[in-house]
Amino acid sequence: MPTASDIASEAALAFRARIEHLSGQTVSSCYQCGKCTAGCPVASEMDTDPARVMRLVQLGARERVLRDEAIWLCASCETCVSRCPQACRLPRVMDALRAVAEQDGYARDNRGAALLNRLFLAQIRAFGRVHEMSLVAGFNLASRRPLRDVTKGPSMMRKGKLHLLPQRSANLPAVRRIFERVQELEGSET
Amino acid sequence: MARIGVFICHCGENIARNVDVDRVAEAAAQIPGVAHAESYRYMCSDPGQRKIREAIVAQGLTGIVVAACSPHMHENTFQNAVEGAGLNRYLCEMANLREHCSWVHSDREEATSKALELIAIMVEKVKRNQPLAPIRVPMTKRALVIGGGIAGIQAALDIANAGRDVVLVEREPSIGGHMAQLSETFPTLDCSQCIMTPRMVEVKNHPRIQLYTYAEVEAVDGYVGNFTVTIRRRARSVDESKCTGCGACTQRCPQKKIASEFDAGMGQRPAIFIPFAQAVPNLPVIDRTRCTMFLKGKCGLCAKACPAGCIDYEQTDTLVTEEVGAIVMATGFDVQPPTLYPEYGSDPDIINGLQFERLLSASGPTAGEPRRPSNGEVPRSVVFVACAGSRDPARGVPYCSSICCMYTAKHALLYKHKVHDGQAYVFYMDIRAAGKNYDAFVHRVIAEEGAQYLRGRVSRIYRDGDQLVVRGADTLSGTALTIRADLVVLATAVTPRPGSDALAQKLSVPYDAFGFASEAHPKLRPVETNTAGVFLAGTCQAPRDIPDTVAQAGGCAAKVLALFSADQLEREPVVSRVNEATCVACFDCERVCPFHAPEHRELRNRAGDLLRVVSHINEGVCAGCGLCVVTCRSHSIDLAGFSDEQTFAEIGALAPF
Repeated sequence: MPTASDIASEAALAFRARIEHLSGQTVSSCYQCGKCTAGCPVASEMDTDPARVMRLVQLGARERVLRDEAIWLCASCETCVSRCPQACRLPRVMDALRAVAEQDGYARDNRGAALLNRLFLAQIRAFGRVHEMSLVAGFNLASRRPLRDVTKGPSMMRKGKLHLLPQRSANLPAVRRIFERVQELEGSET
Repeated sequence: MARIGVFICHCGENIARNVDVDRVAEAAAQIPGVAHAESYRYMCSDPGQRKIREAIVAQGLTGIVVAACSPHMHENTFQNAVEGAGLNRYLCEMANLREHCSWVHSDREEATSKALELIAIMVEKVKRNQPLAPIRVPMTKRALVIGGGIAGIQAALDIANAGRDVVLVEREPSIGGHMAQLSETFPTLDCSQCIMTPRMVEVKNHPRIQLYTYAEVEAVDGYVGNFTVTIRRRARSVDESKCTGCGACTQRCPQKKIASEFDAGMGQRPAIFIPFAQAVPNLPVIDRTRCTMFLKGKCGLCAKACPAGCIDYEQTDTLVTEEVGAIVMATGFDVQPPTLYPEYGSDPDIINGLQFERLLSASGPTAGEPRRPSNGEVPRSVVFVACAGSRDPARGVPYCSSICCMYTAKHALLYKHKVHDGQAYVFYMDIRAAGKNYDAFVHRVIAEEGAQYLRGRVSRIYRDGDQLVVRGADTLSGTALTIRADLVVLATAVTPRPGSDALAQKLSVPYDAFGFASEAHPKLRPVETNTAGVFLAGTCQAPRDIPDTVAQAGGCAAKVLALFSADQLEREPVVSRVNEATCVACFDCERVCPFHAPEHRELRNRAGDLLRVVSHINEGVCAGCGLCVVTCRSHSIDLAGFSDEQTFAEIGALAPF
């Protein structure tokens, strides 16, 4: 729960300013109509729905929003972007929140979406593509639930959705360059 | 011998569905005195009206009954049609077969027989109708405007600029009202005084406006077109004809620490004072409740200081009588003091919106720099609380005060403009920004000026050392909050000016439970009142902002000018008449009449000797309500068009059934 100091303090205002800067979105222009939440395909999985995430950023409630699972559940489908009356690109706010959560160490203990996100990016970096088999295996082991969803394996295999060996992107050097560039940018940013 | 025509309307299917209109027409033709009866699909249509006119001419009809809808709907239509055929319009009556019959009954047989009864009743009435002529009364084409705020000023200028004389009465020593107190106006941030003072000067210099300040309406007599108004001019204790407004007296006054009304208590004034620099008229007044001369009988410093010798401690109130034809009530509003809620406590740093206006005003006690009343420091954190009394049926007022959302947003913006690193918080329930460019203004304050809006009410405010602690909630995030503030500004409820209810009583204008004067119709007659010739402008009717007030004042002016456009007043002739032969002069009629219509008439013989005094109803005032008719113990009063004889005949018409 945000406390008094969460809102009144300079730190709270600085947090809001940092997210606005990173995302390029005027978070304070959100007037809480809730249309993003209404159309969000994963809102039902979120404890804190997208509109409320925006509200917490407006209030500068740093602790609460950075610890929230919701910022990792956003699939960046951009349904909200196409519908927002204030033309806010909410997924960019979510991205900014994930980046800050990662940088400030809020995602370290996360065994859910943040962990999957980290493993996912590691695979992209390594192969240029996702290798579902090892991604799921790695995720299940790291999150200490080794048998999660294991029954779905055979039928996905039959349909050719799972491959035993990783496939590599044809243009792996280009993908690597993207990662390097992002790292450079993050280094120059706070 | 009466020859009555009965015209039965199907009203499409509205009446015909439940009433056998053809059978009713046949039966109606058999009623004694009925010479013609027919039914038609739409009597109010052009062909329907033509049928009536043609029957009047062809059959030589002496009275008409239109059996159709409510007279509220179409009486005027059919009266005009009847008049078009050369019959007096008051020889036309309506039987309401729709609202009173077909719409409320489902049994066709019973509805049909009731329809015939309703027609029979009106036939008996119209047989006894007398031709009536509209009453014409002369009028004084001169208007009284009560209240010298922006509403009254606008109405007075509009009427005067159209070439009619205006009497403007203001209770305070200067005109200007609340608008003169404001800093800047939303959403364009015009300097309020800059746009207000030229109008005030225009009023002062207008050859058609007679201005009375420091004056109140004492009594109102008469009726539309012919009001007699008594105005009490309170003693200024200053000779207006000699005073130059130099201000020497105000500087000399030893009493300097009286809370200034104009500064809403944020500044101080002497006992002899000019309310503000741009006051119109720019004349001082002695506050006799605080002046040492009046309290202790000695001082006289102001009189010694005055180079023109115009201080007059002996001056008394004077009464002036003015004749006017129309009255505009523009008495304005007050905002409640910031002390409604005990949980907010009372603290010098908790002020209301009007007080903050004075702190922001360039002409205010701090020259426009917001400062804390407690220690004079610039506040670093200000909490604004909207709905601090409004929309609170349990402890405040249930209505929305209408202007607070906007002025609070403006306050937050002006504060941020003046204190760049200051933080503004706004607690609100809803943001009601319905005017032109208003919503964009509020969002500019939130998104660009960085005011932190929090959706919820404040539960408690208490002092902690040098600061105030505000406990509230943000329901959008589901969070209870505590904010430390240097200054708290409460948007307290807008209420009518004290005393406006007493004035409304003098004007016979109804007012609601909160004291706001009632308009004649909320949609279609928003500036008129139920008293003919009395109009409403501005916040005396309901809370509203400056653009709406100015528009409404212009509307009042148009209504007054339309009234004055005729040479004489024409009124409905449905008025009471006294039978002077039987009147016993008890004057119960005088006591019950809400319109002061009964007068005393002296009956004299040819030699001029007084025989008797009887009651006489002033036709210009009588509204035809009938109260006197039922009160009269000697049955000497009848209502034209609704006489006892007619009413008994209507009841008698039911006997055959």
